[in-house]
Amino acid sequence: MADLSLEGLEGAVVHDEVVAARAPWLHTVRAGQSLRIVYLEGNQAVDFLLYAAADDAERYSAQDTIAAQRNIFLRTGAALLSNEGRVMMTITATSVDYHDTIGGACSCESNTLRYGHHTKAQHACVDNFLDANVRAGRGKRDMVSNINFFMNVPVEADGALGIVDGISAPGLTVDLRAEMDVVVVVSNCPQINNPCNGFNPTPVRMIVTA
Amino acid sequence: MVALNDPLAARAHARAMEGSVADAMPILPPVADDLPDGVAAGDLLWEERIAAGGYASRRLARGSRVRLIDLQGDACASLQLFNAEMPTERLNIADTLKIQWNAYLGVGKFLLSDMGRVLMSIVADDAQTHDALCGASNAASNARAYGDGSNAGPFPNARDRLMLGVAKHGLGRRDVHPCLTLFKGVTVAADGATVPELGPFAPGRAVTLRAEMDLILVVANCPHVLDTRPWSITPLRATAWRGPIAGEDDPIRTATPEGRRAFLNVDDYYRR
Repeated sequence: MADLSLEGLEGAVVHDEVVAARAPWLHTVRAGQSLRIVYLEGNQAVDFLLYAAADDAERYSAQDTIAAQRNIFLRTGAALLSNEGRVMMTITATSVDYHDTIGGACSCESNTLRYGHHTKAQHACVDNFLDANVRAGRGKRDMVSNINFFMNVPVEADGALGIVDGISAPGLTVDLRAEMDVVVVVSNCPQINNPCNGFNPTPVRMIVTA
Repeated sequence: MVALNDPLAARAHARAMEGSVADAMPILPPVADDLPDGVAAGDLLWEERIAAGGYASRRLARGSRVRLIDLQGDACASLQLFNAEMPTERLNIADTLKIQWNAYLGVGKFLLSDMGRVLMSIVADDAQTHDALCGASNAASNARAYGDGSNAGPFPNARDRLMLGVAKHGLGRRDVHPCLTLFKGVTVAADGATVPELGPFAPGRAVTLRAEMDLILVVANCPHVLDTRPWSITPLRATAWRGPIAGEDDPIRTATPEGRRAFLNVDDYYRR
């Protein structure tokens, strides 16, 4: 039976991995390669950082990306910019309307504010990012703004903002083309106190093609 | 032209500059004739005029108030904030917005670190046009807008101004984080589009912030990244004075459950 997750992909699959629920993931994607993120079971936010492989002081910047495209939502065609204003990856296709880049990553510390100190010991995206980054020689200074694929953070007319029901479903995908050699660091979001993961974190699949 | 071919002549020439006044300069010791009621002149900490296109930085103790004034109506103050004793802890814009359930900052709001603590609170604001979404201009965006964006050129970009500011506290490129920009506004339309409100505004608008932790504050004053006018930026004034830390019944501390816990986290950090 055909693997529907590969549908529409061009080129040969050079990496194919399932990231467990709540887990971090780090992978280098070369210029010209594409990364597809596939939602296997349901509502799931994928928190996403990018570093230039050649100089990891150059990294994804939500503010530079928003300013350049003059919109807070990441849609098909969005250029993901670095803090130097260079294109790191492009969203070439996605099955939903938009993705978030203002909501940030959950942390043990911010969970104490949003929900209470009883959540401090729970899993959190920043711990995943640190776990992956520290092993690669980066530290807390390298924790910057991120993308939340398949997370829905609308801003109302009065500025009211919140993480609301997710927009992902099994089989949905987002495709990203690397415009430079990039290190992708992902936290398959472990948050269980808001709707971003349907209160139930699940695995996602990462497919790299060349 | 004075002959400066010997060291003593060079010394005399340099010393003759004493007392010169420039548009952009720190005043030492600080003098300000417009401190708020109840603030003693002896509690004044910092008085500086920051150039159009310039930057400044300052260490501030907990409780200090910092007042920024858009002197001529076209200043654009982009801020970086660090915990002075552990600068890996710094302003986190995403948490600041998410925790307060709002994308727009103004009086009564607080600025959070990535460690769930309040770095500063906004205690007065008669500008009401600020931007937490679009961040600082960078070398590439200034090169597109003005033909050049280098620190050495006439159109420096805000991000590289911030880089120099943080460098003077031993920090580097990796420490320049998403910034908060005061005086220039950006809101969000229903389709997600950014809606800039860039002035020029009436002169003299002021924002006062209270340091809730011992801080390094870095501020750049460069045109907003969405500004499409020819290079337009005017000087910024910074004034700081000593003050008490937020009390148990402080209205910003007590206004929301999220704020109460954020201030509890600050209390806990200083419990030593």
